[in-house]
Amino acid sequence: MSAESTHVAMTLSDHLPILQILVPLVSAPLIVLIGSRRLTWSLAFIASVLSFGIAILLLMQVIDGSIISYQIGGWAPPLGIEYRVDATNAFVLLLVTGISTLVLPYARESVKSEIPAKHHTLFYAAFMLCLTGLLGVTITGDAFNVFVFLEISSLSTYVLIAQGSYRDKRALTAAYDYLIMGTIGATFFVIGLGMLYMATGTLNMADLADRIADQGSNRTVRAAFAFIVVGMGLKIAIYPLHLWLPRAYTFAPSAVTVFLAATATKVAIYVLLRFTFSVFQPSFMFEVNTLEFIILPFAILAMFAASFIAIFQNDFKRMLAYSSIAQIGYMLLGISLLTETGLTAAIAHLFNHGITKATLFMGVGILALRSGGSFYNRIQGMGKSMPWTSAAIVIGGLSLIGVPGTAGFISKWVLVEATIEKGWWPLSVLIVLSSLLAVIYVWRVIEVLYLKTPLAGTDYREAPFSMLIPMWIMALACIYFGLATDVTLTASRAAAQGLLAGSAGMM
Amino acid sequence: MRHHLILRVITKLLVGAIMLFAFYVQFHGDFSPGGGFQAGVIMAVAFILYGLVFSLHNVQQVFPPWLVHKLVALGVLIYAGTGIVSLFLGYSFLDYGAFTPDHPSHGQHYGIFAVELGVGITVTAVMVAIYYAFAGRPPRLSDEEW
Repeated sequence: MSAESTHVAMTLSDHLPILQILVPLVSAPLIVLIGSRRLTWSLAFIASVLSFGIAILLLMQVIDGSIISYQIGGWAPPLGIEYRVDATNAFVLLLVTGISTLVLPYARESVKSEIPAKHHTLFYAAFMLCLTGLLGVTITGDAFNVFVFLEISSLSTYVLIAQGSYRDKRALTAAYDYLIMGTIGATFFVIGLGMLYMATGTLNMADLADRIADQGSNRTVRAAFAFIVVGMGLKIAIYPLHLWLPRAYTFAPSAVTVFLAATATKVAIYVLLRFTFSVFQPSFMFEVNTLEFIILPFAILAMFAASFIAIFQNDFKRMLAYSSIAQIGYMLLGISLLTETGLTAAIAHLFNHGITKATLFMGVGILALRSGGSFYNRIQGMGKSMPWTSAAIVIGGLSLIGVPGTAGFISKWVLVEATIEKGWWPLSVLIVLSSLLAVIYVWRVIEVLYLKTPLAGTDYREAPFSMLIPMWIMALACIYFGLATDVTLTASRAAAQGLLAGSAGMM
Repeated sequence: MRHHLILRVITKLLVGAIMLFAFYVQFHGDFSPGGGFQAGVIMAVAFILYGLVFSLHNVQQVFPPWLVHKLVALGVLIYAGTGIVSLFLGYSFLDYGAFTPDHPSHGQHYGIFAVELGVGITVTAVMVAIYYAFAGRPPRLSDEEW
């Protein structure tokens, strides 16, 4: 920064952390500025592929446990904004960019049928901004920067959900509901940050962690923690704060639902992990109590209540939305155990549930493309006319239940292991019981698709390849990660260890 | 529609002055209170005031909606582009020292200048776009029915 110090020119590989954000960020205004309907999709896809490549390069650099720190504007942290990549968030970056790279080819046909052509440029611009926001939340090491990127992703998400209004006007109220809830969540989060700033005088996460550890617990810090947990809880859709989620997922355009279900709540969980384990420490008694007596019961409630509601839905998409809330319960259960195995289970489930739900929501989108809706009585019997789509839905469904050989089994298995390890065996029983509820709602879909007679006078063609291929990549990933368990478990365990090392892992 | 004579005359007088003040706030921002955001809002006020008094149709001929949309994107690109230039000069993103390596504080002036210009353009365009979006909705009652 100063004139005296000799400057060492940075190379492009030093800039990877900022390029991760910059590529999708710049693509959004470029899409609007060029404004060509033919180029729009290609620009978005190229940007997404590039950021996927960058995420791979970043993960390769940090997989051995090292940390990359990047200073924005040359200002050194804790004063300046710092981007900080370690094994945990490199893993999330890879998930988010990977999903967006698969969703975009899928989105092309789906968006064509669901959104009028004149809005396509703005749609893809909003999509890239949403991607930028999610990546920014993940990569940044500055607590206030998390809030800024959270707002970028949230605002564009509201717009994306409202795009469903060309099919169903209720998308507008769904987006509005989410706008209100999301804004309250973001406000709580920023109030929490304000209190932390008041108590410590810093916003850099690593610095925050040190100063909180130094001064110990006081009322301001405890209130800050509570505000941050409630604020992120609204974004994650922790059980009693989940009301926006089913409507938002049901009425959003299919491609948007796939992307949000697989990434947005996962990134919010990552932020919760960052704050509960890196900024605050598990040795902070208030946090242990909050997790054990508030988050844990709600997680169990979510596993059962949301699954029950899912069973009685008549709309495939809405059923999946409720099942998402139940699955979030498993992740929170893993987190609130506060052990390495529990955390490993939560992070593995975060990934596995991401690919499982992406498969299923892609399936719904394809069925809706052909039949014009996702109600059970609209899609009944489509298993015969659309065998490939339906088969992938079955694979996704099995993974959602947690049948051995699929991705969903691995994370639930580790979760059961974690509860037994902690000696809380009744929880293991509850996990198995709630999985049985998943059997019921998944079976209902299989019954509708294969055993009911198709509606009279309908003869659906199989979906276009541009949608089938991304869906099958996801479906095969569900099986691959169910068999090659080392990959996810090693990465999740590394991430869990990094998180539990707390501030030592940060500095 | 020949009523509101005073309003129309005063508006015509004011629009130019408002724009001039916007430029002052924009370009004097690094020495006095102000900057891109405030200047952008003031600049947008000039268009909004013109639209309120002389109808939406007239202001949209001066500042067409398609141009507004492009400018929203252009401002962001100017901001990010400044950072990208510094990145290609071998410094970190938005490190303005890159523009004059021998004398970093000059570089910071140039950098802030470019970035604030981007902010100003985007804020102007966004404010006007919001005004167009609201004013562009067909009214339930026409003016004559009041």
